Amino acid sequence: MPRLSAQMVERARDMIALYPHARSALIPLLHLAQEQDGWVTPEAMEHIAELLDLTPAEVRGTATFYDMLFLEPTGKYLVSICTNIACLLNGAYELLEHAEEKLGVKAGATTPDGNFTIEEVECIALCGSAPCLAVNWRFFGNVSNDGFDHLVDELAAGRLEGDVPPHGTLCRVRRAVGLVGGAPHDAVVEPVQEHTPVEEQH
Amino acid sequence: MAVDVPQPIVTRRFGLHESWTLRTYLDNGGYDGLRKALAMSRDDLVENVKTASLLGRGGAGFPAGQKWSMLRKAEPVYLVVNGDESEPATFKDHQLMVTDPHQVVEGALICAFAVGAAQAFIFVRGEFALGLERMTQAVNEAYEYGAIGRDIFGSGWSIDLVVHPGAGAYICGEETALLESLEGKRGFPRIKPPYFPAAIGLYGAPTVVNNVETVSNLPWITLNSGDAFAAMGEGRSTGTRIFSLSGRVNRPGNYEVEMAKTTFRDLFYDERFGNGIRDGRELKAFIPGGASAPWFGADKVDMPLDQDEVGKAGSMLGSGSIVAMDDTTCMVRAAWRITRFFHHESCGQCTPCREGAGWVDKVMYRIEQGAGREEDLDLLLDVCDNIAPGLSWPPQQTTICVLGPSIPSSIVSAIRMFRDEFLVHIKEGACPFT
Ligand SMILES: Cc1cc2nc3c(=O)[nH]c(=O)nc-3n(C[C@H](O)[C@H](O)[C@H](O)COP(=O)(O)O)c2cc1C
Ligand code: SF4
Ligand code: FES
Repeated sequence: MPRLSAQMVERARDMIALYPHARSALIPLLHLAQEQDGWVTPEAMEHIAELLDLTPAEVRGTATFYDMLFLEPTGKYLVSICTNIACLLNGAYELLEHAEEKLGVKAGATTPDGNFTIEEVECIALCGSAPCLAVNWRFFGNVSNDGFDHLVDELAAGRLEGDVPPHGTLCRVRRAVGLVGGAPHDAVVEPVQEHTPVEEQH
Repeated sequence: MAVDVPQPIVTRRFGLHESWTLRTYLDNGGYDGLRKALAMSRDDLVENVKTASLLGRGGAGFPAGQKWSMLRKAEPVYLVVNGDESEPATFKDHQLMVTDPHQVVEGALICAFAVGAAQAFIFVRGEFALGLERMTQAVNEAYEYGAIGRDIFGSGWSIDLVVHPGAGAYICGEETALLESLEGKRGFPRIKPPYFPAAIGLYGAPTVVNNVETVSNLPWITLNSGDAFAAMGEGRSTGTRIFSLSGRVNRPGNYEVEMAKTTFRDLFYDERFGNGIRDGRELKAFIPGGASAPWFGADKVDMPLDQDEVGKAGSMLGSGSIVAMDDTTCMVRAAWRITRFFHHESCGQCTPCREGAGWVDKVMYRIEQGAGREEDLDLLLDVCDNIAPGLSWPPQQTTICVLGPSIPSSIVSAIRMFRDEFLVHIKEGACPFT
């Protein structure tokens, strides 16, 4: 299993340079690892630990908290169907059932060809177009059963590759500049103990 | 009589061609607010926002100007804009970031200047791939244009702004969890006190956390004055606000309306907004402010969208999301789904929240599935009472953050208002709506 490639390490260093404390780049780096491999591999986590001067356990401890970070391989297309309240009121469970039928796997599972993983998710903030779903975090609203079938067929045929990058690729726009405002990178940030008594404020 | 809709503030560029680009933004007054702010004193800027009575749009409704005045006197100060938007049925912040990202950037810069921030971060919910792309693009353009970076517009003021992605966890919307996450840790809310990151925030430094919609108002308020903002609305509920309307209405969507002067009825029935309940059905109940808010029955539709009025009536405007439920809605199922959400999203630090959420989820589910018992209603209320003793509003706090005490909201509302529906599920051993 791969560590981060030289090109990814370069991007990682640019990201680390954006924060007063390197550890703040941990989640962006985990996304980077997921962009490279489609999931977050143990080797990538070790590599990230080295880059940030953390232990692999610290990296893993953070990674396991977050739903978007997959510590096991997932399908090329992660289909995330919202069933929360606004979608529930507009047929989300019926859509989920249909999706499971169409793809032949239950929520949480991946199709045998490795193309699709279905997951049931909480609100994705597209409630005005319920029921809705995301594929690799590209959003599709007002999804009918036929619309779902069409979407899956288009994805499987590779006709949506411009709109839906493979799983793991989140933000395709790169930040163009580093820090130029001059603060507060070199400034010493005085760490304050978490339980220092302060005046109570309401 | 139809309600007056004033000129929109934060959504005023929504229909424009490529509204997310710097070009369109500059053609429509973009960065004029920042230019004006840079020529003002910090005190005047803060005073102006206090005059506006701009209440936070993230959920708690705390006055922004007052929050800025509470900063502990220490260096450096940080600004973190909260774009984590994950409260079920809330979908305005992502639209603001996708449609008018420069307004978010300009608002963040005005805030950063007013509070003397050393660096600013925009925390964007990880799932918002398009929002992340639009925000990053806007930040790139703004650097190029000279609105961010060194010696901004020749004012001598410098700052950097970083767009930071989340990674999927509702709890990271809670401001202290958000800061933990931004520090590269698990998103565990911090123990209070301190009650506000203004005392101890990012890296232990005093920090302002404001919502995306809150800061989006700042360019307009700076240009047009706090008085102009406060001239709209009533009491403390001034200006306009976006309400995310969803559920069983004909036209769900984000609508920016005047606070306090507009009612829930206007939103549900006015043809410019919800345009009535689907299929000519009857409104049965609604959630006035996100999944954490207690529900209102249809008898409350004439209540104005006024933060204090809604609070007095036992709920909240919260994150500004309103969900309409009609007479085809199974209230047990609706309440169960919200309960399951909290169970899923509890971070697990506090026993009442972690254990309570699991139990009420299970019991709600078995009732919905027709396997409930009559004692279950008392059991649910009892567990809820352990999470938030007294089941009052606002809830009693037994936990580190208010996610826990929000769990009872929908359960207790549904039982109090629709006890019969629970009993039918139990007696018939099935959901009467399927
Ligand atoms: C469980 C929980 C989730 C929250 N989620 C969000 C959120 O997604 N976005 C947000 O702006 N505020 C959220 N808040 C409120 C924030 O803690 C904070 O009050 C807000 O960001 C402050 O900004 P404002 O004063 O401009 O509203 C949440 C609070 C809690 C307790
Ligand atoms: S109340 Fe729940 S979500 Fe909040 S800190 Fe406690 S366990 Fe975590
Ligand atoms: S409830 Fe499904 S997107 Fe919000």
